Amino acid sequence: MSLWQKHAIFEKNSIILVIGILVVIAIGGLVEIVPLFYLKNTIEKVEGVRPYTPLELAGRNIYVREGCYLCHSQMIRPLRDEVERYGHYSLAAESMYDRPFQWGSKRTGPDLARVGGKYSDDWHRDHLRNPRSVVPGSVMPEYGWLARTDLDFSHIDNDLKTLALEGEPYSPEMIASAKQDVVTQSTTDSADATDLAKRYPKAQARDYDGNPGRITEADALIAYLQMLGTQVDFKLYDDKANIR
Amino acid sequence: MAEEHKVDALTGTATTGHDWDGIQELNTPLPRWWLWLFYLTIIWSVGYWLVYPAWPLLTTSTQGLFGWHAREAIVTDMQELQAKRGPMMAQLSTASVAEIEGNPQLLDFARAVGRVAFADNCAPCHGAGGGGAKGYPNLNDDDWLWGGKLADIQQTITHGVRSGDDQGRSGNMPPFNGVLKPNEISAVADYARSLSGLAPEAGADLALGKKVFADNCAVCHGPDGKGNRELGSANLTDKIWLYGSDKQTIMQGILNGRGGVMPNWGARLPEPTIKALTVYVHTLGGGEK
Amino acid sequence: MANAIAPQKTMTIGEGGSALALAALALLSIVVAAKAYTPEYAFHAYLFAAASIASVFVIINRYFDRPAEPAPLEINGKPNYNFGPVKFSSVAAVFWGLAGFTVGLIIALQLAFPDLNLGIPYTTFGRLRPLHTSAVIFAFGGNVLIATSFYVVQRTCRARLAGDIAPWFVVLGYNFFIVIAGTGYLLGITQSKEYAEPEWYSDLFLTIVWVTYFLVFLATIWRRKEPHIYVANWFYLAFILTIAVLHLGNNAAVPVSLFSPKSYIVWSGVQDAMVQWWYGHNAVGFFLTAGFLAIMYYFIPKRAERPVYSYRLSIIHFWALIFLYIWAGPHHLHYTALPDWAQTLGMTFSIMLWMPSWGGMINGIMTLSGAWDKLRTDPVLRMMVVSVAFYGMSTFEGPMMSVKIVNSLSHYTDWTIGHVHSGALGWVGYVSFGALYCLIPWLWNRPLYSLKLVNWHFWISTIGIVLYISSMWVSGILQGLMWRAYTNLGFLEYSFVETVEAMHPFYVIRALGGLLFLAGAIVMAWNLWKTVTAAEEAKPAGVALAPAE
Ligand code: HEC
Ligand code: HEC
Ligand code: HEC
Ligand code: HEM
Ligand code: HEM
Ligand SMILES: [Ca+2]
Ligand SMILES: [Ca+2]
Ligand SMILES: [Cu+2]
Repeated sequence: MSLWQKHAIFEKNSIILVIGILVVIAIGGLVEIVPLFYLKNTIEKVEGVRPYTPLELAGRNIYVREGCYLCHSQMIRPLRDEVERYGHYSLAAESMYDRPFQWGSKRTGPDLARVGGKYSDDWHRDHLRNPRSVVPGSVMPEYGWLARTDLDFSHIDNDLKTLALEGEPYSPEMIASAKQDVVTQSTTDSADATDLAKRYPKAQARDYDGNPGRITEADALIAYLQMLGTQVDFKLYDDKANIR
Repeated sequence: MAEEHKVDALTGTATTGHDWDGIQELNTPLPRWWLWLFYLTIIWSVGYWLVYPAWPLLTTSTQGLFGWHAREAIVTDMQELQAKRGPMMAQLSTASVAEIEGNPQLLDFARAVGRVAFADNCAPCHGAGGGGAKGYPNLNDDDWLWGGKLADIQQTITHGVRSGDDQGRSGNMPPFNGVLKPNEISAVADYARSLSGLAPEAGADLALGKKVFADNCAVCHGPDGKGNRELGSANLTDKIWLYGSDKQTIMQGILNGRGGVMPNWGARLPEPTIKALTVYVHTLGGGEK
Repeated sequence: MANAIAPQKTMTIGEGGSALALAALALLSIVVAAKAYTPEYAFHAYLFAAASIASVFVIINRYFDRPAEPAPLEINGKPNYNFGPVKFSSVAAVFWGLAGFTVGLIIALQLAFPDLNLGIPYTTFGRLRPLHTSAVIFAFGGNVLIATSFYVVQRTCRARLAGDIAPWFVVLGYNFFIVIAGTGYLLGITQSKEYAEPEWYSDLFLTIVWVTYFLVFLATIWRRKEPHIYVANWFYLAFILTIAVLHLGNNAAVPVSLFSPKSYIVWSGVQDAMVQWWYGHNAVGFFLTAGFLAIMYYFIPKRAERPVYSYRLSIIHFWALIFLYIWAGPHHLHYTALPDWAQTLGMTFSIMLWMPSWGGMINGIMTLSGAWDKLRTDPVLRMMVVSVAFYGMSTFEGPMMSVKIVNSLSHYTDWTIGHVHSGALGWVGYVSFGALYCLIPWLWNRPLYSLKLVNWHFWISTIGIVLYISSMWVSGILQGLMWRAYTNLGFLEYSFVETVEAMHPFYVIRALGGLLFLAGAIVMAWNLWKTVTAAEEAKPAGVALAPAE
């Protein structure tokens, strides 16, 4: 009996075929995914990466909602031109609190992994409202409604709770103060800013959208953009430390 | 199992003897070239696994024969780039901005560095070519908020304006909402316009405006409105307006205050790039000696 | 009452069970709608409520209308095929195809003329792009797959589709899922995981639909009269099973609340990236490849009336394909923060995937040996064969792009978009059109209205595809080269916006290509419409047009 005829066992028995398929497709996935959870060098040990503040998280959710990742990557590759244009290549640690990750796969617009601090809040507000008013050649859509829409953060504590459940280091105190923290961080010269910075080191508290009377979606999104890539101090980072 | 295997008349190949809804299968052997290419890709892959990091183990992965890693390759690659940029780059690192500008060869080099750094980092605010936009100053005219000498420009670029940088330039124009009465604001706006020779609106109370200006604005903008580079307060007597010369815009500024933010690029760009940018901006057309 | 006339008539477990489950779903939906955190979510909850209440009514009505006996499995010794769900899905496929191509055209135009984003939330590129990808892949492609798989499994097993309510639940439930997913994107409900954007509740609902799909398909195989399972069904099975596994793995998420549309994925960062592209790449491998290979394995030999080229090749390339595909995901993450070892595996397995992919191409094209002349006379067959050629082309290009050196240039650029659309328009699009041109006349038992129009469709859309992919190749490579261009002094030559501006002419050409492709599809829809609405039933037309009994 030739080898070819042995294949009849799969052709005649649907359950064996099903099991065969399942076994065959399981292997690759297991070998590639499971080690990422147990190999210690997968996520670099670096100082400074902290979970998002509630305002930044709300901003990130707007980034997710609008699908910015379809045009913007957040992943600088260790290639000469990218490092020159965008800054130090991205570390896995820098997106360790990202659910989902937003590395992207298309750069219709520039990489945003280190856009934090690159521009002023005002610029972001103008740019989001009408990108072509500041960059004539831009093809980015206009996001004018963000500055006109109040941020809904009435359930933001639930978001933190869910993330804590999934293993992110949000303490009960952070969850309890989540809504207040949104207000604090979107207010210039807030009295609670030091408390906020204790919970979330380097968190910057100010009115982001140029409209101190309101907490808008633009406040949240700009707060998120302004923190991107600012957590790890690469002046102190050892480029030889995390070769893998 | 089908017993007799029919032979397909057109190709002369035997079928497997099955028939599904009229479809049969030929028992053609695997094409040789196909099989060999398949083997070849497998052999190539095995070779590749030997050379590069490939298989996950218990505490690490196989590292490959030559220990190649993307994160080491980039370090070498950047070093090679620096080497290629060579002595000019070394000079750029050590020379002062004034020395750079004084050396024609180095100046060309610095302007080449500056051009793309400017286009990627500064043009979104200051416009392609540094022409400026509302709220973002034109960098190729000879009107400077903070000074147009090389050192002024270098300081502005390195530490920014109202950027939160400790050594950055700071000081806002405060909001006068509530401090001044509406008619005073209207009058001083007319007066500010008149300083640069713009025709006042009908019924403008320039006398009141002048008084309000002397009491509130002169501390920063100077008694004659010529501005003060220590404070970054705009010169109001020239025809160059950062935010616009219409009365509405001026009143808005007086009501809400002004204070554009220029980021501190020292935190972001390497020192030689900043120097190159300084020289680039200085030579755009408005640089002061 | 109907019951009085036929006293022995009883509700089946399927009818009763589905009616009860749907009634419960309706109730739950109403509660959720009342307490929903956002109006968008409430809207979806009302849609769920309305759809499930309507379904309960339909089930009960259908019960009263039907005869007491369940539909016979055979009539006069011939299988009593159940083509209702197949018809529904094939019409839905045409509809979603037109919708998806139109949205594709719109987003293509938006990239060329950004004012077309209109400045309102619902029409921005970021919301329409997932609408496009989901509409073409899952709505158009998915309905083609469901329609053909339900057709092919019945014909090649000589058995009636298993289940009574279940197949209808699959097609209607699946299309309802599409509506929820699509309206969700427009309203800003998305997980922003590429090709898995629907939020947790849509994902959950799809899981139920998909498991039902698998069971219906498998149970139909159990009824088969043929001792052997035909190769097309291996591919369909692999597609259905693997998509189920991938869907569950990549959508593992915890909702913020039952009353919130928002959820957070349980994976994060680099692990989420790997899981995402394990999913994303294999959505290509199993949805857009294995499933459509199954279509090829039935419709090409059927239409050409030739035996499949090589049984042995089909065995080897089937197992090699499904084994190797799973490993290739990391080629979407070259040079990222994913560790080097995983990238190496992704790259090498992609290379090894080349020949197994071409095995499918060989089996498709060589099935015509001895019947090449049919390419001249039958534009439907020509369309399918060209689709296989495109398959061969994109599965050569894919492994090439998986090589890290090449990917360092192509990644993030329009080159990827060109690659996607040579696979999507050329392979997926054409093999689907070919299948629909066969299937719809067979299902409605009428001859195809016009072969000449098929010829027009073929040529118009071929020009469209050529414009699309060649413009994206040029723009992609140009973009990649501009990003990395250095002056001779050793400094970057172009700023980012300069590269954006350089893309403009290619975006216009691409949109033109898309317009032609859409125009071809409209011609097809018209042709099929005229076919279905033709007054007379077909007299057995030429054998090529009617399935052998
Ligand atoms: C259609 C594609 C597209 C979409 C969608 C898009 N952008 Fe952009 N974006 C661009 C392009 C092109 C540029 C470069 C030109 C410019 O600066 O406007 C850009 C530039 C930017 C920049 C400046 C980056 C830099 O370093 O200069 C930021 C910040 C930004 N976008 C944020 C966003 C956010 C936030 C969203 C979603 C709400 C978004 N973009 C959606 C295309 C897009
Ligand atoms: C986020 C927007 C933004 C970016 C990006 C930006 N600038 Fe500025 N820049 C400003 C603003 C606003 C001012 C004016 C500050 C003020 O009003 O006092 C300014 C002022 C300046 C000045 C002083 C002008 C004067 O009249 O004294 C120089 C010089 C300058 N920028 C150079 C640069 C260079 C070089 C870069 C890029 C490395 C750059 N800027 C990037 C916003 C920006
Ligand atoms: C504490 C200092 C300070 C005082 C007091 C002050 N200004 Fe200013 N003013 C500034 C600064 C600094 C700027 C530049 C702001 C910027 O660059 O964004 C400015 C800008 C302006 C501009 C915009 C110039 C342009 O080019 O668009 C006008 C007009 C102006 N001031 C008028 C006034 C008037 C009228 C008053 C009094 C009612 C006043 N300022 C009081 C500091 C001051
Ligand atoms: C009229 C025909 C079509 C047009 C005009 C069109 C246009 C587009 C455009 C403009 C994009 C976005 C590209 C970008 O972000 O730069 C896109 C993405 C995409 N389209 Fe199409 N498309 C068409 C048909 C199809 C079909 C038939 C399929 C699949 C069967 C398809 C699958 C995709 C996929 C998967 C993407 C995402 C690619 C990626 O993320 O890399 N498209 N399309
Ligand atoms: C052997 C077969 C194939 C291989 C090895 C392969 C490989 C690749 C590679 C390397 C990329 C680029 C990833 C990146 O740089 O971001 C890619 C993208 C893509 N390919 Fe293929 N490809 C193959 C066949 C196909 C086919 C037949 C299709 C069918 C439609 C297809 C659809 C796609 C899509 C949709 C993407 C875009 C993913 C995204 O970024 O959104 N591929 N493929
Ligand atoms: Ca605000
Ligand atoms: Ca999902
Ligand atoms: Cu892939």
